[in-house]
Amino acid sequence: MSERPIRVLVAKPGLDGHDRGAKVIAQALRDAGMEVIYTGLRQTPEQIVEAALQEDVQVVGLSILSGAHMHLFPAVVEGLRAQGADDILVVGGGIIPDEDIPLLKEAGIAEIFGPGTPTTEIIRFIREEVAKRTQKEEGRQ
Amino acid sequence: MFEKEKLESIRVSAKEYRERLEAQVKKRPERQSGFVTDSGIEIKTLYTPEDIADLDYERDLGFPGSYPFTRGVQPNMYRGRLWTMRQYAGFGTAEETNARFRYLLEQGQTGLSVAFDLPTQIGYDSDHPLARGEVGKVGVAIDSLEDMETLFEGIPLDKVSTSMTINSPAAILLAMYIAVAEKQGVTPDKLNGTIQNDILKEYIARGTYIFPPGPSMRLITDIFAYCSRHVPNWNTISISGYHIREAGSTAVQEVAFTLADGIAYVQAAIDAGLNVDDFAPRLSFFFNAHLNFFEEIAKFRAARRLWARIMKERFGAKNPRSWMLRFHTQTAGCSLTAQQPMVNIMRTAFEALSAVLGGTQSLHTNSYDEALALPSDESVLIALRTQQVIGYEIGVADTVDPLGGSYYIESLTNEIEEKAMAYIKKIDELGGAPEAIEFMQKEIKDSAYRYQMDIESGKKVVIGINKFQMEYEKPKNLLKVDPAVAERQTAKLRALRERRDNQKVKQVLVNLREAASTRENLMPLFIDAVKAYATLGEICDTLREVFGEYRQQIVF
Repeated sequence: MSERPIRVLVAKPGLDGHDRGAKVIAQALRDAGMEVIYTGLRQTPEQIVEAALQEDVQVVGLSILSGAHMHLFPAVVEGLRAQGADDILVVGGGIIPDEDIPLLKEAGIAEIFGPGTPTTEIIRFIREEVAKRTQKEEGRQ
Repeated sequence: MFEKEKLESIRVSAKEYRERLEAQVKKRPERQSGFVTDSGIEIKTLYTPEDIADLDYERDLGFPGSYPFTRGVQPNMYRGRLWTMRQYAGFGTAEETNARFRYLLEQGQTGLSVAFDLPTQIGYDSDHPLARGEVGKVGVAIDSLEDMETLFEGIPLDKVSTSMTINSPAAILLAMYIAVAEKQGVTPDKLNGTIQNDILKEYIARGTYIFPPGPSMRLITDIFAYCSRHVPNWNTISISGYHIREAGSTAVQEVAFTLADGIAYVQAAIDAGLNVDDFAPRLSFFFNAHLNFFEEIAKFRAARRLWARIMKERFGAKNPRSWMLRFHTQTAGCSLTAQQPMVNIMRTAFEALSAVLGGTQSLHTNSYDEALALPSDESVLIALRTQQVIGYEIGVADTVDPLGGSYYIESLTNEIEEKAMAYIKKIDELGGAPEAIEFMQKEIKDSAYRYQMDIESGKKVVIGINKFQMEYEKPKNLLKVDPAVAERQTAKLRALRERRDNQKVKQVLVNLREAASTRENLMPLFIDAVKAYATLGEICDTLREVFGEYRQQIVF
């Protein structure tokens, strides 16, 4: 097992400026020993994909509160796939109606964390999922 | 406030009390090892005259309607007229929002408050690539004067007051409002309302900036100058702590950063050659009402006193209206939970009560379903009824500043003022608010993280999140914005671009570009441009060419 810290890109797609959640998560992940890059506001899916590849992250965390998630989240996953980076774990959070969650998961978002989620739960999820993916990767080699 | 001898005698008996208290606590420990407010101010077991021994009634409190306005801005406050009940609303197209406005007015709401969608707030037309998925989502989509005419159809603009949450393109939306009024036969001097127009807190906390600070401040002072001559009853800015608090600041930081922004606007206007008493009476403020009840009440009182002192002492304002901090309040969106959402009705009610006890001029109460979606007609009605209960049923509006003189409230008011002043000094040392954006962001971010960690450790109780969790029913009838809004809006825009006199549009935009690179007041040019049906996106693009765009520094 590699001891390399998990690298995470925390990104704000869309036009909304509510980045309290994104910043709190970014800091919690960093305090949990991960390497975290935060994109800042108003990122297009294309910019997020590019940053994820450039920063060589294993995880992309998307945060949005504007209601544009159905357009923007799947676009990030598609962009990553198009670049052959479908091994990157994509998770999301924000104000996301329940009925949208199955559709987002179908589109390749691994999990949606709604309001009130403890940061510890997100940290655990990321660790477990990354470990699974790393094992799979090592199995293939 | 107290006679020396009396105070001495109180000191003696207080000492005895403390001894008894210690014995009691030793026998039976308190619920927690210490008590603090949200701002980290230590809360004592009991407050007595000792805690406000230095308070000078006339200097520090005075009478309502008089300097330093600690007790309120009007002599009789809500005995004359209750606060304006103003629910922030807007979604989808102008037609849908117009219907919600009429519904709210029929239910007894007394002022309008427009929520714009994000493309409008950032100056993009609905057909802009960056508007994809955002049109009509968090507010109403306004692309041109045509949409604004629809938004206020059947609403006489000389009879209502309208607040518009618009910042970077505030001047353009105000120009549209003036143009709609003109079509209704209402002259600008009859208009009442507010534009938020507070760009500094956009850089700090809210995020809907377009242009860099320099030209943004110029647009703001253009509005101050124009309105002082032509739209005298308009609140030209709503200097907002609301979003700073929502981003995670404490109550003290909310007061400090908001007033520091206020200082920057006043200074900018003075530097632009305006006389302080010509524009300062039209400055207004916007605060958050959060859960820590007494600290919130004290916060409103401290903000009022501090602003009065700043305006009088620092800026030498002579007109008492320039000293007055008038403010709108909204209950804390970030205090709402998605879990057991009906509990939010209680949270909102207590927050609203703190705003009323703190002397707010207008109030928005959040709806219980807002951690899940935009509010439905049903939830927004309960939110409005909450205000009406406070105003009409429980008697709190019947006397002025009923908590004034409370040892605790006065002591907290002093402490908040002191701590906020220390922050303002620090921001002054950094060169003022525009230079201290990253400093404020870092302070806010640290507070937000502490707040979250306090919830996760159980130090801060949130019902339904870390205590008293249970299965709960999710509210039905959540509002869903029709996904066809974007197409409808884009089609309207296309039709407008074909129908209007494009030669004229070109000309008004050329005029605007030329004026933008001089120091000419741009308000009349915006009015010409919107009347020619130039779109918001076209006008903002013209300004982008001259002013450039703001690039955020990432603080984390």
